Amino acid sequence: MLHLILFTGFGLVCVAGAVNLLVQRHPINSALSLVVVMGALAAEYLLLGAEFVAAVQVIVYAGAVMVLFVFVIMLLNAGEEERTQGSRVALLLGVPGLVVGSLLIAWVLIHRSGTEAVRVGALPGYPKAIAQLLFHDFLLPFEVTSILVLIAIMGAVVLAAKPSQVQQGKKEG
Amino acid sequence: MSIPIFIAASLIKIVITIVILLTAVAYSVWLERKVVGHIQNRWGPTRVGPFGLLQPLADGVKFLVKEDLTPPHVYKPLYIAAPMIAVTFALTSIAVVPIGNPVTIGSYAVPLQITDLNVGLLVILGVTSLGVYGVALSGWSSNSKYSLLGGLRASAQMVSYEIALGLSLIGVLIAAGSFSLREIVDAQGGHFWGIIPRWNIFHGQIIAFFIYLTAAYAETNRIPFDLPEAETELVAGYHTEYSAMKFAMFFMAEYANMITVACLATLLFLGGWHGPLFGPPILQALLPVFWFGVKVFVFMFIYIWVRGTLPRFRYDQLMAFGWKFLLPLAIANLVITAAVTVAW
Amino acid sequence: MIPLSYYLVLGGILFACGVAGFLIKRNIITIFMSIELMLNGVNLSFVAFAAHWHALSGQVFVFFVMVVAAAEAAVGLAIIIAVYRTRETLNVDQVNLLKL
Repeated sequence: MLHLILFTGFGLVCVAGAVNLLVQRHPINSALSLVVVMGALAAEYLLLGAEFVAAVQVIVYAGAVMVLFVFVIMLLNAGEEERTQGSRVALLLGVPGLVVGSLLIAWVLIHRSGTEAVRVGALPGYPKAIAQLLFHDFLLPFEVTSILVLIAIMGAVVLAAKPSQVQQGKKEG
Repeated sequence: MSIPIFIAASLIKIVITIVILLTAVAYSVWLERKVVGHIQNRWGPTRVGPFGLLQPLADGVKFLVKEDLTPPHVYKPLYIAAPMIAVTFALTSIAVVPIGNPVTIGSYAVPLQITDLNVGLLVILGVTSLGVYGVALSGWSSNSKYSLLGGLRASAQMVSYEIALGLSLIGVLIAAGSFSLREIVDAQGGHFWGIIPRWNIFHGQIIAFFIYLTAAYAETNRIPFDLPEAETELVAGYHTEYSAMKFAMFFMAEYANMITVACLATLLFLGGWHGPLFGPPILQALLPVFWFGVKVFVFMFIYIWVRGTLPRFRYDQLMAFGWKFLLPLAIANLVITAAVTVAW
Repeated sequence: MIPLSYYLVLGGILFACGVAGFLIKRNIITIFMSIELMLNGVNLSFVAFAAHWHALSGQVFVFFVMVVAAAEAAVGLAIIIAVYRTRETLNVDQVNLLKL
């Protein structure tokens, strides 16, 4: 019973945050609703027993990636979104489409899949067990993702550098 | 324990912790003013009450009755929400900090901690990461150039030094084998060679301790890393446009962060509540809490001492120091700790 | 005891909101955030299935999704900054010509 109350509570917060992201006109409000969604998702992960994943979700996703989004929104400071022709069409077709799509997904999942239940903390995700998997079975993907992050860092620095610096390099080189 | 008793015990613990934390915040302000005053060869507050001990009360009343001015050019929703965010996250991370051995009241063993999570250390790191939002949003929503610059500088600094902070703690984790703060302290019990306690600072993590100290000063925006709120540079940085209670909330958040960092340093490096135990059982139950308090006080005193003594870093020096010196040093510490642990 | 399908429905609703945001919104950064929302919905499905099949690899895979999302966010935001610098707008309807 408590499980159902907690799940529904955090689930409603998730969905409210997602809908708020769509409804808000200023991107900073959308970014903050996304942070709320990620926090509520971390609580849902805790309900499933994945404690390490929940902590990493808060530290990495809500605490670093979204901070990056908020920085960019603050620096570019472009203001609220405008209503254009294209956006009105998208709204007229998109919102009913979204509702119909979600109801279809929900109906199919609830009626067709097996109704095995999942307990609170069904699969305890202890850091030790996850580390065993990460460094033994998934060692190659782990090393590849570290190279991926290095490439992403270099790419971001090059792409966001001021054009004058690049042209200076071309003039001298 | 059944659920209702657990909830009741948790509520009582929450109330006691919040009261103690807020009183500690108020009196750490008093301590700072007295200590910095004496370092600068003056008295500090002496008028309000004996030794100025009622000064925090006077300050609190002042903040409450001051006019709460909301400038017209701010972005109102975030302007009002940002100090609340800062204070909420500053007060949340104290929930996983244990202050003593479990105490037996009646027939229940009550751990002196609101919750003992398996991933307690990660929760504190996560809440620290979330605290950046309070600073960044307050700087931006104030719609003023000093605030924006101060907010951006402060948040960039906090995000950069979080990495060195987290990496310096991994050595401690390797030694203790768990993320739970209670187990990390329990792993520091006992002595080796009979006299020297097995605190992590004596047991090989001295460099990690200094990395943690430096990164903590940068995280809480204290001297020598307090350029984002330096008066001579940026008026008041990200809290320029705030007055009265909202400013008081930022103030409280900063000192609460300092106390949390001090508690964490005590737990991870200085052996938590371990100390000489003597006397009758009632005393033995309370002495660990006393030793914990003494160590936190020593750490806060070092914080204030450094504030009164050192000049501040320039911003580019600060960022270069964090990325080019502290981060490689933390990684080297981690590698050496891991190698020594495997080899031994 | 909650049926597994409830978790999947929640993940599906988040994914659908992400797709809707991607198609409806006109601001580049909001579109990017809808992508992150989709990834979060997928993460929830991964963790739910990991609990259902008692396989910890589901939770490990969530890490990889998070790392890839972080890398993609970094590079994507750098591209957005470069686009803003040249076009002076964040509205995708106005960034529709290769030549300025």
